[in-house]
Amino acid sequence: MNAPVKPELICPAGTPAALRSAVDAGADAVYCGYQNATNARNFVGLNFTPEEMEKSIRYAHDGGTKVLITLNTFPPSGNVQLWKDMVDLSARLGADACIVADIAVAAYIQKHHPDMRIHLSVQAAASSPEAIEYYVREFGVKRVVLPRIMTVSEIRGLVEEIPCEVETFIFGNHGLMVEGRCSLTNYVTGQSTNMDGACSPAACVKYERAEDGSMSTILGDYMIDRFGPEETAGYPTICKGRYKCDARDGGYYAFEEPISLNASTMLPELINAGVHAFKIEGRQRSRAYVKKVVAAFREAVDSIMAGEEPKLADLVALTEGQKQTEGALKTKKWR
Amino acid sequence: MTSEPKSSRLSGGPVGFPFAPPLPLFLLNPILKRIVHRIAAQNPDMFDRLGPHRHAYFLIDPVDMPLMLYLRPDPEALDFRAVNRRALPPHVARISGKFLDLLTLMDTEQDGDALFFSRDLIVTGDTEAVVCLRNALDDVDEPIAESVADMFGAPGRGALNFLRRAAENAQKRKGAST
Ligand code: SF4
Repeated sequence: MNAPVKPELICPAGTPAALRSAVDAGADAVYCGYQNATNARNFVGLNFTPEEMEKSIRYAHDGGTKVLITLNTFPPSGNVQLWKDMVDLSARLGADACIVADIAVAAYIQKHHPDMRIHLSVQAAASSPEAIEYYVREFGVKRVVLPRIMTVSEIRGLVEEIPCEVETFIFGNHGLMVEGRCSLTNYVTGQSTNMDGACSPAACVKYERAEDGSMSTILGDYMIDRFGPEETAGYPTICKGRYKCDARDGGYYAFEEPISLNASTMLPELINAGVHAFKIEGRQRSRAYVKKVVAAFREAVDSIMAGEEPKLADLVALTEGQKQTEGALKTKKWR
Repeated sequence: MTSEPKSSRLSGGPVGFPFAPPLPLFLLNPILKRIVHRIAAQNPDMFDRLGPHRHAYFLIDPVDMPLMLYLRPDPEALDFRAVNRRALPPHVARISGKFLDLLTLMDTEQDGDALFFSRDLIVTGDTEAVVCLRNALDDVDEPIAESVADMFGAPGRGALNFLRRAAENAQKRKGAST
């Protein structure tokens, strides 16, 4: 086994200001996307125009930080042109890599921009050596972002078997029903996370307050949760909703709990497993979140690599529902 | 029009008003007008993030103050004024929270989602409009609280530092009680 490498810290940015915060807080790379369906965080008011991307890439490169462009949705059949245009634009602007999910987009990059690094998005849900080897062999994928369904020991085994770098999530929203490729949001909102890039767009979300201080979350025409006056809230997504079902009494988180991944205590194990890059989720979050989370993980990774005990900042205030988990990294029975 | 938010977490309510401004509205409003015009002039690009919602009226509701703020972030027809709680004008969305929490949001020190998860921030009405406003305010170069403080020179900066300390202490107290 090779000596562990210092993993890159891959940080989110939904706006140019958030990107600058990530760079200033010590990100090794920032991932971000354009204001269209090529981006799996295609929310109104978020993301980058081509001009903003150009300036942001310059800012990041001046600070020694790479920029990875998220082209991580699936083009609808016969309609790949927008994805090709965004690949060409990213190459022209000097992006360091494109994060892609669809094989047509990967094939286009390989053919027309052979120097552009391809990172395989978590949306592709490739977790077996055979699947990953296929992407590496056919499209020259340089890094795979692993789905949040694997334990550290599984990741260690995988790293030893596959011919590319591995990136794992270490913090943020924990929606892992085949990593966003669920159809629930499509059914309720008419928009697809996979193809339109928007799960639970804000235009479909309403919060209704009752006299007693409780709050209901409505998505489309459906109430998906109701929080008591003192209860913490979560994201308004179907997978985090609470439902009545025969198997349980009362409201029940039938799919996922509103809880965030926080793998800060597992960083040494992940480094020893040979993980090349740590990803922080949260392109929809504020600059304050980016600044705090990136700074905390920068310090933790640097301390571990220097052989010191990492000082782990308390990030629970920033987690969904103010609850955190080490998820599948620790055990397959995290629920 | 949105409904009246009530929350036991946000129970500062109309009683007490620890941050009651000493100024009557007719004195306060010209200052607010100056502030919003200055911020808009400094950050002309921020309006792009508002998309279709730049003509919308927002109510900003510091629950521990006797007044609310009324904002129309339209660069062609900017409007920012204090309004009486008893006579609320039409609005598409309302954002309610304690004054110090709202201030730290403007100071880009606080994450809006985290305040929402903890139920310290309440959003009613058009959620997309609020998210766009949040993104627009978050994408400015200098935190808005700082730009406003700078407009009033040393006393402004002193007041901001005082409020920052108060917000920090409130945060610590909250942390200690959870
Ligand atoms: S509903 Fe949940 S699992 Fe489905 S796309 Fe949205 S966040 Fe992902």
